[in-house]
Amino acid sequence: MQASGRQSKGILPILLTPGVFWLTVFFVIPLLIVLVVSFSKRSLLGVVELEFNLNNYARLFNPDSPYLFIFLRSLGLAAVNTVLCLLLAYPFAFYIARQTPQRQKMLIFLVMVPFWTNFLIRTYALMFIIRDTGLINTWLVNLGIISEPIQILFTPTAIRLGMLYGYLPFAVLPLYASIEQLDFNYVQAAQDLGADGLRVFLRVILPLTMPGVVAASIITFIPALGDFITPDLMGGGNTFLIGNVLQQQFLTVRDWPFGSAMGIGLMTLVLGATMIYFRSGASRSA
Amino acid sequence: MSTSSVAVPAPTRSRTTSRLALGQKLLTANALLVFAFFYTPILVLIIFSFNAGRSGTIWEGFSLRWYAELANDPAILSAFTNTIIVAFVTTLLSTAIGTMISLAMERHQFPFKLPLDAVLYMPIIIPEIVIALATLLFFIIVFNMVKNLFGITWGLGLPTIIIAHVAFTISFVATIVRARLVDMDPNMEQAARDLYADEWQTFRRVTFPLLMPAIISGALMGFTLSLDDFLITFFVSGPGSTTLPVLVYSKVKFGVTPDLNALATLLLVFSIGLVLLAQFLQRRD
Repeated sequence: MQASGRQSKGILPILLTPGVFWLTVFFVIPLLIVLVVSFSKRSLLGVVELEFNLNNYARLFNPDSPYLFIFLRSLGLAAVNTVLCLLLAYPFAFYIARQTPQRQKMLIFLVMVPFWTNFLIRTYALMFIIRDTGLINTWLVNLGIISEPIQILFTPTAIRLGMLYGYLPFAVLPLYASIEQLDFNYVQAAQDLGADGLRVFLRVILPLTMPGVVAASIITFIPALGDFITPDLMGGGNTFLIGNVLQQQFLTVRDWPFGSAMGIGLMTLVLGATMIYFRSGASRSA
Repeated sequence: MSTSSVAVPAPTRSRTTSRLALGQKLLTANALLVFAFFYTPILVLIIFSFNAGRSGTIWEGFSLRWYAELANDPAILSAFTNTIIVAFVTTLLSTAIGTMISLAMERHQFPFKLPLDAVLYMPIIIPEIVIALATLLFFIIVFNMVKNLFGITWGLGLPTIIIAHVAFTISFVATIVRARLVDMDPNMEQAARDLYADEWQTFRRVTFPLLMPAIISGALMGFTLSLDDFLITFFVSGPGSTTLPVLVYSKVKFGVTPDLNALATLLLVFSIGLVLLAQFLQRRD
Protein backbone atom coordinates (compact mmCIF):
# COMPACT_ATOMS: atom_id res chain seq x y z
CA MET A 1 0.00 0.00 0.00
CA GLN A 2 2.79 2.38 0.97
CA ALA A 3 4.78 1.48 -2.08
CA SER A 4 1.85 2.15 -4.36
CA GLY A 5 1.22 5.43 -2.51
CA ARG A 6 4.72 6.63 -3.27
CA GLN A 7 4.49 5.44 -6.82
CA SER A 8 1.21 7.34 -7.29
CA LYS A 9 2.56 10.76 -6.37
CA GLY A 10 3.26 11.59 -9.99
CA ILE A 11 -0.19 10.83 -11.34
CA LEU A 12 -2.29 12.28 -8.50
CA PRO A 13 -2.06 15.96 -9.58
CA ILE A 14 -3.12 14.97 -13.11
CA LEU A 15 -6.14 13.07 -11.79
CA LEU A 16 -7.17 15.84 -9.41
CA THR A 17 -6.50 19.11 -11.23
CA PRO A 18 -9.34 19.14 -13.79
CA GLY A 19 -12.03 18.13 -11.30
CA VAL A 20 -10.83 20.36 -8.49
CA PHE A 21 -10.48 23.29 -10.92
CA TRP A 22 -13.94 22.82 -12.41
CA LEU A 23 -15.74 22.29 -9.11
CA THR A 24 -13.96 25.17 -7.40
CA VAL A 25 -14.30 27.76 -10.14
CA PHE A 26 -17.75 26.87 -11.49
CA PHE A 27 -19.46 25.50 -8.39
CA VAL A 28 -17.88 26.54 -5.08
CA ILE A 29 -17.01 30.12 -6.08
CA PRO A 30 -20.51 30.78 -7.51
CA LEU A 31 -22.04 29.59 -4.22
CA LEU A 32 -19.65 31.84 -2.26
CA ILE A 33 -20.66 34.73 -4.51
CA VAL A 34 -24.31 34.06 -3.65
CA LEU A 35 -23.39 34.11 0.03
CA VAL A 36 -21.53 37.44 -0.31
CA VAL A 37 -24.26 39.01 -2.45
CA SER A 38 -26.91 37.94 0.06
CA PHE A 39 -25.26 40.29 2.57
CA SER A 40 -25.00 43.15 0.07
CA LYS A 41 -27.25 45.98 -0.98
CA ARG A 42 -29.15 46.49 -4.17
CA SER A 43 -28.20 49.87 -5.63
CA LEU A 44 -30.64 52.08 -7.49
CA LEU A 45 -29.39 50.92 -10.88
CA GLY A 46 -30.13 47.34 -9.95
CA VAL A 47 -26.45 46.60 -9.54
CA VAL A 48 -25.08 44.87 -6.46
CA GLU A 49 -23.40 47.18 -3.96
CA LEU A 50 -20.93 45.41 -1.69
CA GLU A 51 -21.91 46.93 1.62
CA PHE A 52 -22.36 44.44 4.46
CA ASN A 53 -25.86 44.42 5.88
CA LEU A 54 -28.51 41.98 7.06
CA ASN A 55 -31.48 43.71 5.44
CA ASN A 56 -32.17 40.89 2.99
CA TYR A 57 -32.39 38.34 5.77
CA ALA A 58 -34.44 40.70 7.92
CA ARG A 59 -36.88 40.99 5.01
CA LEU A 60 -36.93 37.22 4.57
CA PHE A 61 -37.73 36.51 8.23
CA ASN A 62 -40.07 39.46 8.77
CA PRO A 63 -43.39 37.92 9.84
CA ASP A 64 -45.27 40.70 8.00
CA SER A 65 -43.61 39.96 4.67
CA PRO A 66 -45.00 37.14 2.52
CA TYR A 67 -41.65 35.38 2.27
CA LEU A 68 -41.70 33.55 5.59
CA PHE A 69 -45.13 32.21 4.67
CA ILE A 70 -43.87 31.18 1.22
CA PHE A 71 -41.08 29.18 2.85
CA LEU A 72 -43.54 27.51 5.23
CA ARG A 73 -45.97 26.72 2.43
CA SER A 74 -43.18 25.19 0.31
CA LEU A 75 -42.01 23.14 3.28
CA GLY A 76 -45.55 21.95 3.95
CA LEU A 77 -46.24 20.99 0.34
CA ALA A 78 -42.91 19.16 0.00
CA ALA A 79 -43.46 17.32 3.29
CA VAL A 80 -47.03 16.25 2.45
CA ASN A 81 -45.87 15.18 -1.00
CA THR A 82 -43.07 13.10 0.50
CA VAL A 83 -45.52 11.31 2.80
CA LEU A 84 -47.94 10.65 -0.07
CA CYS A 85 -45.10 9.35 -2.26
CA LEU A 86 -43.99 6.98 0.52
CA LEU A 87 -47.56 5.75 1.14
CA LEU A 88 -48.04 4.88 -2.53
CA ALA A 89 -44.49 3.83 -3.39
CA TYR A 90 -43.85 1.54 -0.41
CA PRO A 91 -46.61 -1.03 -1.12
CA PHE A 92 -45.89 -0.62 -4.83
CA ALA A 93 -42.19 -1.44 -4.37
CA PHE A 94 -43.16 -4.25 -2.01
CA TYR A 95 -45.45 -5.74 -4.65
CA ILE A 96 -42.67 -5.62 -7.26
CA ALA A 97 -40.12 -7.16 -4.89
CA ARG A 98 -42.40 -10.18 -4.29
CA GLN A 99 -42.66 -11.10 -7.99
CA THR A 100 -40.53 -13.63 -9.85
CA PRO A 101 -37.11 -12.26 -10.89
CA GLN A 102 -38.20 -12.15 -14.53
CA ARG A 103 -41.34 -10.16 -13.73
CA GLN A 104 -39.39 -7.90 -11.36
CA LYS A 105 -37.06 -6.92 -14.18
CA MET A 106 -39.97 -6.04 -16.44
CA LEU A 107 -41.85 -4.06 -13.78
CA ILE A 108 -38.73 -2.14 -12.77
CA PHE A 109 -38.19 -1.25 -16.40
CA LEU A 110 -41.74 0.14 -16.43
CA VAL A 111 -40.75 2.33 -13.46
CA MET A 112 -37.49 3.38 -15.12
CA VAL A 113 -39.32 4.88 -18.09
CA PRO A 114 -41.14 7.62 -16.14
CA PHE A 115 -38.05 7.93 -13.88
CA TRP A 116 -35.84 8.79 -16.84
CA THR A 117 -38.41 10.77 -18.79
CA ASN A 118 -37.89 14.50 -18.65
CA PHE A 119 -39.73 16.06 -15.69
CA LEU A 120 -40.89 18.92 -17.89
CA ILE A 121 -42.36 16.54 -20.48
CA ARG A 122 -44.18 14.54 -17.82
CA THR A 123 -45.55 17.74 -16.28
CA TYR A 124 -46.79 18.78 -19.69
CA ALA A 125 -48.40 15.35 -20.25
CA LEU A 126 -50.29 15.74 -16.98
CA MET A 127 -51.37 19.30 -17.89
CA PHE A 128 -52.58 17.98 -21.23
CA ILE A 129 -55.13 15.62 -19.67
CA ILE A 130 -56.27 17.65 -16.63
CA ARG A 131 -56.82 21.03 -18.31
CA ASP A 132 -60.39 22.31 -18.77
CA THR A 133 -60.59 20.99 -22.33
CA GLY A 134 -58.50 17.92 -21.53
CA LEU A 135 -59.49 14.29 -21.72
CA ILE A 136 -60.55 13.85 -18.09
CA ASN A 137 -62.84 16.89 -17.96
CA THR A 138 -64.34 16.14 -21.38
CA TRP A 139 -65.13 12.54 -20.44
CA LEU A 140 -66.60 13.48 -17.08
CA VAL A 141 -68.85 16.05 -18.78
CA ASN A 142 -69.85 13.64 -21.56
CA LEU A 143 -70.67 10.92 -19.05
CA GLY A 144 -72.86 13.41 -17.21
CA ILE A 145 -70.90 13.09 -13.98
CA ILE A 146 -70.22 16.80 -13.92
CA SER A 147 -72.10 19.57 -15.74
CA GLU A 148 -69.09 21.71 -16.56
CA PRO A 149 -65.33 21.20 -16.49
CA ILE A 150 -63.69 21.32 -13.07
CA GLN A 151 -60.81 23.74 -12.98
CA ILE A 152 -57.85 21.72 -11.69
CA LEU A 153 -55.01 23.21 -13.69
CA PHE A 154 -53.52 26.44 -12.32
CA THR A 155 -54.79 25.72 -8.79
CA PRO A 156 -52.92 24.58 -5.66
CA THR A 157 -54.49 21.13 -6.20
CA ALA A 158 -52.72 20.94 -9.55
CA ILE A 159 -49.42 21.62 -7.78
CA ARG A 160 -50.07 18.78 -5.31
CA LEU A 161 -51.01 16.43 -8.13
CA GLY A 162 -48.05 17.54 -10.26
CA MET A 163 -45.56 17.00 -7.43
CA LEU A 164 -46.96 13.55 -6.71
CA TYR A 165 -46.78 12.63 -10.38
CA GLY A 166 -43.33 14.12 -10.74
CA TYR A 167 -41.61 12.61 -7.73
CA LEU A 168 -43.36 9.25 -7.25
CA PRO A 169 -40.98 7.37 -9.60
CA PHE A 170 -38.03 8.76 -7.61
CA ALA A 171 -39.42 7.22 -4.41
CA VAL A 172 -40.02 3.75 -5.89
CA LEU A 173 -36.46 2.84 -6.86
CA PRO A 174 -34.68 3.27 -3.49
CA LEU A 175 -37.59 1.57 -1.72
CA TYR A 176 -37.48 -1.35 -4.14
CA ALA A 177 -33.70 -1.68 -3.71
CA SER A 178 -34.18 -1.89 0.04
CA ILE A 179 -37.21 -4.23 0.09
CA GLU A 180 -35.67 -6.53 -2.50
CA GLN A 181 -32.74 -7.18 -0.14
CA LEU A 182 -35.05 -7.93 2.79
CA ASP A 183 -34.59 -11.46 4.10
CA PHE A 184 -38.15 -12.82 4.32
CA ASN A 185 -37.03 -15.49 6.79
CA TYR A 186 -37.26 -12.77 9.45
CA VAL A 187 -40.86 -12.10 8.43
CA GLN A 188 -41.59 -15.82 8.57
CA ALA A 189 -39.94 -16.10 11.98
CA ALA A 190 -42.02 -13.23 13.37
CA GLN A 191 -45.21 -14.80 11.99
CA ASP A 192 -44.32 -18.17 13.45
CA LEU A 193 -43.87 -16.51 16.82
CA GLY A 194 -47.46 -15.29 16.52
CA ALA A 195 -46.97 -11.64 15.50
CA ASP A 196 -49.90 -10.30 13.48
CA GLY A 197 -49.54 -8.50 10.15
CA LEU A 198 -49.27 -4.98 11.55
CA ARG A 199 -46.72 -6.02 14.16
CA VAL A 200 -44.64 -7.85 11.57
CA PHE A 201 -44.64 -4.76 9.41
CA LEU A 202 -43.88 -2.23 12.16
CA ARG A 203 -41.37 -4.32 14.09
CA VAL A 204 -39.62 -6.28 11.36
CA ILE A 205 -40.22 -5.16 7.78
CA LEU A 206 -40.19 -1.37 8.30
CA PRO A 207 -37.03 -1.22 10.47
CA LEU A 208 -35.16 -3.48 8.05
CA THR A 209 -36.12 -1.34 5.06
CA MET A 210 -35.56 2.00 6.82
CA PRO A 211 -32.52 2.92 4.68
CA GLY A 212 -34.79 2.76 1.62
CA VAL A 213 -37.41 4.92 3.32
CA VAL A 214 -34.77 7.51 4.24
CA ALA A 215 -33.33 7.56 0.72
CA ALA A 216 -36.79 7.78 -0.86
CA SER A 217 -37.75 10.66 1.44
CA ILE A 218 -34.64 12.66 0.67
CA ILE A 219 -34.84 12.07 -3.05
CA THR A 220 -38.47 13.31 -3.14
CA PHE A 221 -38.32 16.05 -0.50
CA ILE A 222 -35.29 18.03 -1.69
CA PRO A 223 -36.27 18.62 -5.33
CA ALA A 224 -39.90 19.28 -4.33
CA LEU A 225 -38.80 22.00 -1.91
CA GLY A 226 -37.03 24.01 -4.62
CA ASP A 227 -39.31 22.94 -7.48
CA PHE A 228 -39.87 25.60 -10.12
CA ILE A 229 -41.60 23.75 -12.96
CA THR A 230 -44.58 22.51 -10.92
CA PRO A 231 -45.64 25.82 -9.32
CA ASP A 232 -44.88 27.71 -12.54
CA LEU A 233 -46.62 25.42 -15.04
CA MET A 234 -49.13 23.35 -13.05
CA GLY A 235 -49.88 26.22 -10.67
CA GLY A 236 -49.83 28.78 -13.47
CA GLY A 237 -47.67 31.05 -11.31
CA ASN A 238 -50.70 31.82 -9.08
CA THR A 239 -49.32 29.99 -6.06
CA PHE A 240 -46.00 31.27 -4.84
CA LEU A 241 -43.44 28.75 -3.69
CA ILE A 242 -39.71 29.16 -3.07
CA GLY A 243 -38.82 27.98 -6.58
CA ASN A 244 -40.92 30.36 -8.65
CA VAL A 245 -40.35 33.32 -6.31
CA LEU A 246 -36.58 32.77 -6.59
CA GLN A 247 -36.82 32.66 -10.37
CA GLN A 248 -38.87 35.86 -10.32
CA GLN A 249 -36.41 37.65 -8.03
CA PHE A 250 -33.55 36.72 -10.28
CA LEU A 251 -34.87 36.98 -13.81
CA THR A 252 -37.78 39.47 -13.56
CA VAL A 253 -37.37 41.72 -10.50
CA ARG A 254 -33.58 41.39 -10.68
CA ASP A 255 -33.15 41.91 -6.96
CA TRP A 256 -30.05 39.75 -6.74
CA PRO A 257 -29.15 40.45 -3.10
CA PHE A 258 -32.59 39.46 -1.88
CA GLY A 259 -32.79 36.52 -4.31
CA SER A 260 -29.41 35.35 -3.03
CA ALA A 261 -30.62 35.54 0.58
CA MET A 262 -33.62 33.38 -0.42
CA GLY A 263 -31.29 30.93 -2.15
CA ILE A 264 -29.10 30.68 0.94
CA GLY A 265 -32.25 30.16 3.01
CA LEU A 266 -33.36 27.31 0.75
CA MET A 267 -29.92 25.73 0.80
CA THR A 268 -29.75 25.89 4.60
CA LEU A 269 -33.18 24.28 4.84
CA VAL A 270 -32.23 21.46 2.50
CA LEU A 271 -28.90 20.71 4.15
CA GLY A 272 -30.52 20.95 7.59
CA ALA A 273 -33.40 18.67 6.67
CA THR A 274 -31.03 16.13 5.12
CA MET A 275 -28.87 16.04 8.23
CA ILE A 276 -31.82 15.71 10.61
CA TYR A 277 -33.35 12.99 8.47
CA PHE A 278 -30.12 11.04 8.18
CA ARG A 279 -29.60 11.19 11.94
CA SER A 280 -33.13 10.14 12.86
CA GLY A 281 -33.11 7.43 10.19
CA ALA A 282 -29.79 6.12 11.42
CA SER A 283 -30.88 6.06 15.06
CA ARG A 284 -34.20 4.39 14.25
CA SER A 285 -32.67 1.64 12.18
CA ALA A 286 -29.93 1.04 14.75
CA MET B 1 -43.55 -21.18 3.54
CA SER B 2 -45.79 -24.10 4.55
CA THR B 3 -43.15 -26.21 6.24
CA SER B 4 -42.37 -23.70 8.94
CA SER B 5 -46.05 -22.88 9.59
CA VAL B 6 -46.96 -26.39 10.70
CA ALA B 7 -46.73 -25.50 14.38
CA VAL B 8 -49.27 -22.67 14.05
CA PRO B 9 -52.73 -23.66 15.36
CA ALA B 10 -55.34 -24.14 12.64
CA PRO B 11 -57.75 -21.22 13.36
CA THR B 12 -54.98 -18.62 13.54
CA ARG B 13 -53.48 -19.94 10.39
CA SER B 14 -56.65 -19.70 8.31
CA ARG B 15 -57.29 -16.19 9.56
CA THR B 16 -53.73 -15.19 8.66
CA THR B 17 -54.08 -16.72 5.22
CA SER B 18 -57.31 -14.87 4.44
CA ARG B 19 -55.74 -11.65 5.68
CA LEU B 20 -52.71 -12.37 3.54
CA ALA B 21 -54.97 -12.90 0.54
CA LEU B 22 -56.68 -9.58 1.18
CA GLY B 23 -53.30 -7.88 1.63
CA GLN B 24 -52.15 -9.41 -1.63
CA LYS B 25 -55.22 -8.06 -3.43
CA LEU B 26 -54.67 -4.58 -1.99
CA LEU B 27 -51.04 -4.66 -3.05
CA THR B 28 -52.02 -5.64 -6.58
CA ALA B 29 -54.69 -2.94 -6.71
CA ASN B 30 -52.20 -0.32 -5.53
CA ALA B 31 -49.66 -1.47 -8.12
CA LEU B 32 -52.23 -1.22 -10.93
CA LEU B 33 -53.27 2.22 -9.72
CA VAL B 34 -49.68 3.50 -9.64
CA PHE B 35 -48.92 2.13 -13.11
CA ALA B 36 -52.12 3.70 -14.46
CA PHE B 37 -51.12 7.00 -12.83
CA PHE B 38 -47.63 6.81 -14.37
CA TYR B 39 -48.70 5.89 -17.86
CA THR B 40 -52.11 7.46 -18.60
CA PRO B 41 -50.80 11.00 -19.21
CA ILE B 42 -47.81 9.74 -21.18
CA LEU B 43 -49.86 7.41 -23.39
CA VAL B 44 -52.57 10.03 -24.05
CA LEU B 45 -49.86 12.47 -25.08
CA ILE B 46 -48.25 9.97 -27.46
CA ILE B 47 -51.59 8.97 -29.02
CA PHE B 48 -52.71 12.55 -29.63
CA SER B 49 -49.37 13.50 -31.14
CA PHE B 50 -50.55 11.38 -34.10
CA ASN B 51 -53.95 13.05 -34.25
CA ALA B 52 -54.87 14.55 -37.62
CA GLY B 53 -56.80 17.38 -35.97
CA ARG B 54 -55.80 20.00 -33.44
CA SER B 55 -57.96 18.51 -30.71
CA GLY B 56 -56.56 16.93 -27.57
CA THR B 57 -59.78 15.04 -26.86
CA ILE B 58 -61.35 14.00 -30.18
CA TRP B 59 -59.56 11.55 -32.41
CA GLU B 60 -59.71 12.72 -36.02
CA GLY B 61 -57.56 10.07 -37.64
CA PHE B 62 -53.91 9.11 -37.82
CA SER B 63 -51.48 11.63 -39.21
CA LEU B 64 -47.82 12.55 -39.04
CA ARG B 65 -48.49 16.20 -39.83
CA TRP B 66 -47.28 17.53 -36.46
CA TYR B 67 -44.03 15.62 -36.84
CA ALA B 68 -43.64 17.07 -40.33
CA GLU B 69 -44.26 20.51 -38.90
CA LEU B 70 -41.49 19.96 -36.35
CA ALA B 71 -39.03 18.97 -39.06
CA ASN B 72 -39.76 22.21 -40.91
CA ASP B 73 -39.51 24.49 -37.91
CA PRO B 74 -36.09 26.20 -37.88
CA ALA B 75 -36.41 27.08 -34.17
CA ILE B 76 -36.80 23.40 -33.31
CA LEU B 77 -33.95 22.32 -35.56
CA SER B 78 -31.60 24.86 -34.00
CA ALA B 79 -32.69 23.90 -30.48
CA PHE B 80 -32.14 20.25 -31.37
CA THR B 81 -28.62 20.97 -32.66
CA ASN B 82 -27.81 23.00 -29.53
CA THR B 83 -29.10 20.28 -27.24
CA ILE B 84 -27.03 17.58 -28.94
CA ILE B 85 -23.85 19.69 -28.99
CA VAL B 86 -24.23 20.56 -25.31
CA ALA B 87 -25.01 16.96 -24.29
CA PHE B 88 -22.07 15.50 -26.23
CA VAL B 89 -19.46 17.97 -25.04
CA THR B 90 -20.80 17.79 -21.48
CA THR B 91 -20.68 13.98 -21.52
CA LEU B 92 -17.12 13.88 -22.85
CA LEU B 93 -15.81 16.39 -20.31
CA SER B 94 -17.74 15.20 -17.27
CA THR B 95 -17.02 11.51 -17.92
CA ALA B 96 -13.29 12.15 -18.25
CA ILE B 97 -13.09 14.53 -15.28
CA GLY B 98 -15.48 12.44 -13.16
CA THR B 99 -13.54 9.21 -13.77
CA MET B 100 -10.23 10.89 -12.98
CA ILE B 101 -11.42 12.40 -9.75
CA SER B 102 -12.98 9.04 -8.77
CA LEU B 103 -9.62 7.32 -9.20
CA ALA B 104 -7.99 10.02 -7.07
CA MET B 105 -10.63 9.67 -4.35
CA GLU B 106 -10.66 5.86 -4.16
CA ARG B 107 -7.04 4.96 -4.92
CA HIS B 108 -4.99 7.79 -3.39
CA GLN B 109 -4.45 9.70 -0.18
CA PHE B 110 -4.16 13.48 -0.07
CA PRO B 111 -4.70 16.22 2.52
CA PHE B 112 -7.95 17.89 1.41
CA LYS B 113 -9.75 14.64 0.61
CA LEU B 114 -12.58 15.05 3.11
CA PRO B 115 -13.70 18.54 2.04
CA LEU B 116 -13.42 17.50 -1.61
CA ASP B 117 -15.65 14.53 -0.86
CA ALA B 118 -18.26 16.92 0.58
CA VAL B 119 -18.00 19.26 -2.44
CA LEU B 120 -18.45 16.28 -4.77
CA TYR B 121 -21.77 15.39 -3.15
CA MET B 122 -23.07 18.95 -3.00
CA PRO B 123 -24.35 19.27 -6.60
CA ILE B 124 -26.53 16.19 -5.96
CA ILE B 125 -28.03 17.56 -2.74
CA ILE B 126 -28.33 21.30 -3.40
CA PRO B 127 -31.58 22.31 -5.16
CA GLU B 128 -31.08 22.89 -8.86
CA ILE B 129 -32.49 26.41 -8.72
CA VAL B 130 -29.75 27.48 -6.28
CA ILE B 131 -27.07 26.09 -8.61
CA ALA B 132 -28.79 27.86 -11.50
CA LEU B 133 -28.87 31.29 -9.89
CA ALA B 134 -25.35 30.93 -8.45
CA THR B 135 -23.94 30.08 -11.87
CA LEU B 136 -25.80 32.95 -13.53
CA LEU B 137 -24.52 35.41 -10.93
CA PHE B 138 -20.98 34.08 -11.42
CA PHE B 139 -21.09 34.52 -15.20
CA ILE B 140 -22.52 38.02 -14.97
CA ILE B 141 -19.76 39.07 -12.56
CA VAL B 142 -17.05 37.48 -14.73
CA PHE B 143 -18.44 39.12 -17.88
CA ASN B 144 -18.46 42.51 -16.14
CA MET B 145 -14.86 42.04 -15.04
CA VAL B 146 -13.74 40.99 -18.52
CA LYS B 147 -15.49 44.00 -20.02
CA ASN B 148 -13.96 46.45 -17.54
CA LEU B 149 -10.47 45.00 -17.80
CA PHE B 150 -10.16 44.13 -21.48
CA GLY B 151 -13.11 45.86 -23.11
CA ILE B 152 -14.30 42.55 -24.55
CA THR B 153 -18.01 41.75 -24.39
CA TRP B 154 -18.84 38.16 -23.51
CA GLY B 155 -22.36 36.85 -23.23
CA LEU B 156 -24.36 33.81 -22.26
CA GLY B 157 -24.48 31.02 -24.83
CA LEU B 158 -23.58 27.42 -25.52
CA PRO B 159 -20.20 27.64 -23.68
CA THR B 160 -21.84 28.87 -20.48
CA ILE B 161 -24.44 26.09 -20.70
CA ILE B 162 -21.73 23.47 -21.17
CA ILE B 163 -19.62 24.82 -18.29
CA ALA B 164 -22.63 24.73 -15.96
CA HIS B 165 -23.71 21.25 -17.10
CA VAL B 166 -20.22 19.79 -16.61
CA ALA B 167 -20.07 21.33 -13.11
CA PHE B 168 -23.11 19.41 -11.90
CA THR B 169 -22.76 16.17 -13.93
CA ILE B 170 -19.20 15.45 -12.68
CA SER B 171 -20.71 14.51 -9.31
CA PHE B 172 -23.18 12.03 -10.81
CA VAL B 173 -20.51 10.35 -12.95
CA ALA B 174 -18.18 10.20 -9.93
CA THR B 175 -20.85 8.60 -7.74
CA ILE B 176 -21.30 5.73 -10.21
CA VAL B 177 -17.59 5.23 -10.96
CA ARG B 178 -16.59 5.42 -7.29
CA ALA B 179 -19.17 2.79 -6.32
CA ARG B 180 -17.60 0.44 -8.85
CA LEU B 181 -14.07 1.20 -7.64
CA VAL B 182 -15.10 0.41 -4.07
CA ASP B 183 -16.63 -2.92 -5.12
CA MET B 184 -13.68 -3.86 -7.29
CA ASP B 185 -11.44 -6.63 -5.98
CA PRO B 186 -8.18 -4.86 -4.96
CA ASN B 187 -6.29 -8.12 -5.46
CA MET B 188 -6.60 -7.73 -9.23
CA GLU B 189 -4.68 -4.47 -9.21
CA GLN B 190 -2.27 -5.80 -6.60
CA ALA B 191 -1.59 -8.86 -8.75
CA ALA B 192 -0.74 -6.65 -11.72
CA ARG B 193 1.66 -4.64 -9.55
CA ASP B 194 3.25 -7.84 -8.24
CA LEU B 195 3.84 -8.87 -11.83
CA TYR B 196 5.82 -5.63 -12.31
CA ALA B 197 3.22 -3.68 -14.22
CA ASP B 198 3.83 0.01 -13.68
CA GLU B 199 0.99 2.29 -12.64
CA TRP B 200 -0.05 3.18 -16.17
CA GLN B 201 0.01 -0.46 -17.31
CA THR B 202 -2.02 -1.54 -14.30
CA PHE B 203 -4.58 1.12 -15.08
CA ARG B 204 -4.73 0.38 -18.81
CA ARG B 205 -4.80 -3.40 -18.60
CA VAL B 206 -6.66 -4.05 -15.33
CA THR B 207 -8.45 -1.10 -13.70
CA PHE B 208 -9.79 0.55 -16.84
CA PRO B 209 -11.37 -2.58 -18.42
CA LEU B 210 -12.97 -3.50 -15.09
CA LEU B 211 -14.20 0.07 -14.70
CA MET B 212 -15.56 0.37 -18.23
CA PRO B 213 -19.21 -0.59 -17.48
CA ALA B 214 -19.36 2.05 -14.73
CA ILE B 215 -17.78 4.66 -17.01
CA ILE B 216 -20.37 3.92 -19.69
CA SER B 217 -23.20 4.08 -17.14
CA GLY B 218 -21.79 7.37 -15.91
CA ALA B 219 -21.55 8.73 -19.44
CA LEU B 220 -25.16 7.73 -20.19
CA MET B 221 -26.26 9.35 -16.95
CA GLY B 222 -24.36 12.53 -17.80
CA PHE B 223 -25.80 12.56 -21.31
CA THR B 224 -29.36 12.15 -20.04
CA LEU B 225 -28.94 14.77 -17.31
CA SER B 226 -27.57 17.29 -19.79
CA LEU B 227 -30.17 16.48 -22.44
CA ASP B 228 -33.04 16.82 -19.94
CA ASP B 229 -31.80 19.80 -17.99
CA PHE B 230 -34.17 22.73 -18.02
CA LEU B 231 -33.63 24.96 -15.00
CA ILE B 232 -29.87 25.56 -15.11
CA THR B 233 -29.98 25.90 -18.90
CA PHE B 234 -32.90 28.34 -18.61
CA PHE B 235 -30.80 30.59 -16.37
CA VAL B 236 -27.49 30.47 -18.26
CA SER B 237 -28.61 30.32 -21.89
CA GLY B 238 -28.55 33.42 -24.06
CA PRO B 239 -30.37 34.41 -27.21
CA GLY B 240 -29.77 31.80 -29.91
CA SER B 241 -28.62 29.11 -27.50
CA THR B 242 -32.05 27.71 -26.66
CA THR B 243 -32.12 23.96 -26.01
CA LEU B 244 -35.10 21.63 -26.51
CA PRO B 245 -36.25 21.61 -22.85
CA VAL B 246 -36.13 25.43 -22.75
CA LEU B 247 -38.06 25.54 -26.02
CA VAL B 248 -40.65 23.07 -24.68
CA TYR B 249 -41.01 25.24 -21.57
CA SER B 250 -41.68 28.43 -23.49
CA LYS B 251 -44.15 26.61 -25.75
CA VAL B 252 -46.02 25.19 -22.73
CA LYS B 253 -46.09 28.71 -21.26
CA PHE B 254 -47.72 30.03 -24.43
CA GLY B 255 -50.34 27.29 -24.44
CA VAL B 256 -50.92 23.76 -25.60
CA THR B 257 -50.24 23.24 -29.31
CA PRO B 258 -50.37 19.95 -31.25
CA ASP B 259 -46.77 20.17 -32.48
CA LEU B 260 -45.73 20.30 -28.82
CA ASN B 261 -47.23 16.81 -28.38
CA ALA B 262 -45.07 15.52 -31.22
CA LEU B 263 -41.96 17.18 -29.77
CA ALA B 264 -42.68 15.80 -26.30
CA THR B 265 -43.23 12.32 -27.74
CA LEU B 266 -39.89 12.44 -29.56
CA LEU B 267 -38.06 13.44 -26.38
CA LEU B 268 -39.91 10.68 -24.50
CA VAL B 269 -38.92 8.03 -27.03
CA PHE B 270 -35.35 9.27 -26.83
CA SER B 271 -35.33 8.88 -23.04
CA ILE B 272 -36.78 5.37 -23.29
CA GLY B 273 -34.13 4.53 -25.88
CA LEU B 274 -31.42 5.62 -23.47
CA VAL B 275 -32.91 3.48 -20.67
CA LEU B 276 -32.99 0.46 -23.00
CA LEU B 277 -29.39 1.09 -24.00
CA ALA B 278 -28.30 1.38 -20.37
CA GLN B 279 -30.13 -1.85 -19.48
CA PHE B 280 -28.66 -3.66 -22.45
CA LEU B 281 -25.14 -2.58 -21.50
CA GLN B 282 -25.69 -3.60 -17.90
CA ARG B 283 -26.96 -7.03 -18.90
CA ARG B 284 -23.96 -7.56 -21.14
CA ASP B 285 -21.70 -6.74 -18.21
